[in-house]
Amino acid sequence: MSRLYLARNPRVAARGLDGEMMIMSGRDSTLFTLNKTATILWQSADGTTPLDEIVEHRICQEFEVEPAEALHDAETLARELARHEILQISEEPIPQTAPALGGSR
Amino acid sequence: MKGLLEEMTEKALARNIPISVQVDLTYRCNERCVHCYLDHDDHGEMTTAEIKHLLDEMADAGVFILTLSGGEIFVRKDFFEILEYARRKLLFCVKLKTNAILIREREAARIRDLGVESIQISIYSHRPEVHDAITLVPGSLKRSLDGVRFLKSQGLRVVLANVLMVQNAQDYRGVRALAEELGVECTLDPTITPMMDGNRGVLSLGVGQNTLHDVFRDEALVGDVDEFCAIAAPADDSVLGALPCSASHTSCYVSPYGDVFPCVQFPLPTGNVRKQRFIDIWRHSDEMNDVRSIRLKDLTTCTSCTHVSSCSRCPGLAFMEGNMRGPSSQDCEKSFAKTGVPSANMLNKARTRTAANLVQIRALPTMAGAPA
Repeated sequence: MSRLYLARNPRVAARGLDGEMMIMSGRDSTLFTLNKTATILWQSADGTTPLDEIVEHRICQEFEVEPAEALHDAETLARELARHEILQISEEPIPQTAPALGGSR
Repeated sequence: MKGLLEEMTEKALARNIPISVQVDLTYRCNERCVHCYLDHDDHGEMTTAEIKHLLDEMADAGVFILTLSGGEIFVRKDFFEILEYARRKLLFCVKLKTNAILIREREAARIRDLGVESIQISIYSHRPEVHDAITLVPGSLKRSLDGVRFLKSQGLRVVLANVLMVQNAQDYRGVRALAEELGVECTLDPTITPMMDGNRGVLSLGVGQNTLHDVFRDEALVGDVDEFCAIAAPADDSVLGALPCSASHTSCYVSPYGDVFPCVQFPLPTGNVRKQRFIDIWRHSDEMNDVRSIRLKDLTTCTSCTHVSSCSRCPGLAFMEGNMRGPSSQDCEKSFAKTGVPSANMLNKARTRTAANLVQIRALPTMAGAPA
């Protein structure tokens, strides 16, 4: 099975507000707030860590879920975030243009 | 139904987070607009490193929307370095205010690549002879509109900002038509701001009652005229307990010299980021907290005014008139132009004028020596 890599779309704006992640789409300025799982995906989307490792080390640590089920749900969520141009997803590592720190703030 | 931004702003208000900040990178400018409130000399602008440090502090404080303005932002040679830092490293939602004179194809492409949310560009008229006579720069309308087209061709969101004054009072429809032709948005603002040094001479450029009356009855601008110009219902406790505006509550302004104010139009110094942390000024400045404490019920004249619940009263303009809890005469004029009903402030002034006239009557010669 191929691995999936996630990177933040460099065109979005993002800020943590009271534990919630606020994201503004670079495409049409639509504002989103991310739930806990989506926030973990956003914070871990460095282009080099594969999704299964994010699920194993972050999501399964945070929530009591079966790894296989968690990976399936995380992949669905990642594809949804990519559809809104919040994340980029690829079966290859994604080079990042510059480190972004705003997501953890 | 509330929008998500409104919800997040309410959350920011409850947590005392400055969600939106305007930073003026410079007061230097390549135009000399006749109504401008700024002194265009450089009195010691923040360096690139100081601005990056400020942006770090602002991101830590929770600022999400960052408006970069001036002066003219593109006269700073490090502008793109600052913008890249704000977008790529700190992920602010960035809005720009500019005259676009220095924006060509290359700059527009870079702005697009950096994911700027919107660019607001000052356009005073569709006619070069009127626009250029306001900016005092020949050819400026053409250059600004070239800039608009370059930005638009990159798919960016562009807003034309039209300040209404005596020189261009007849041209706002032309600017709106131009905006439509260019496929961009357009705003109209009849507010003229006094000079930062307190000089109120520029206020003479403001349009009078007749123009305001007509503008407020232009359906294309205001929608339902009857609704827009209606006299507001009497204020109840919830109205009187409301906040006057976002200044010091969820937004503030930082000058090129690091001074922090409640708003760009509210020159009450609250601290300086060269000496204090941004978040400490935001949370602990006495002045910031004083502004934060004001509710509509605390206003000296306005609480009893017919227009209190519908007035656009700007506390910054009121401050520049001498009392941040007092009325803002420009907004009184707007309420009067909408409804035909004078504000409490206007009535007070009329009474004072009448009383002053009575006092100034010279004593009759026969009474001059009479005992008091």
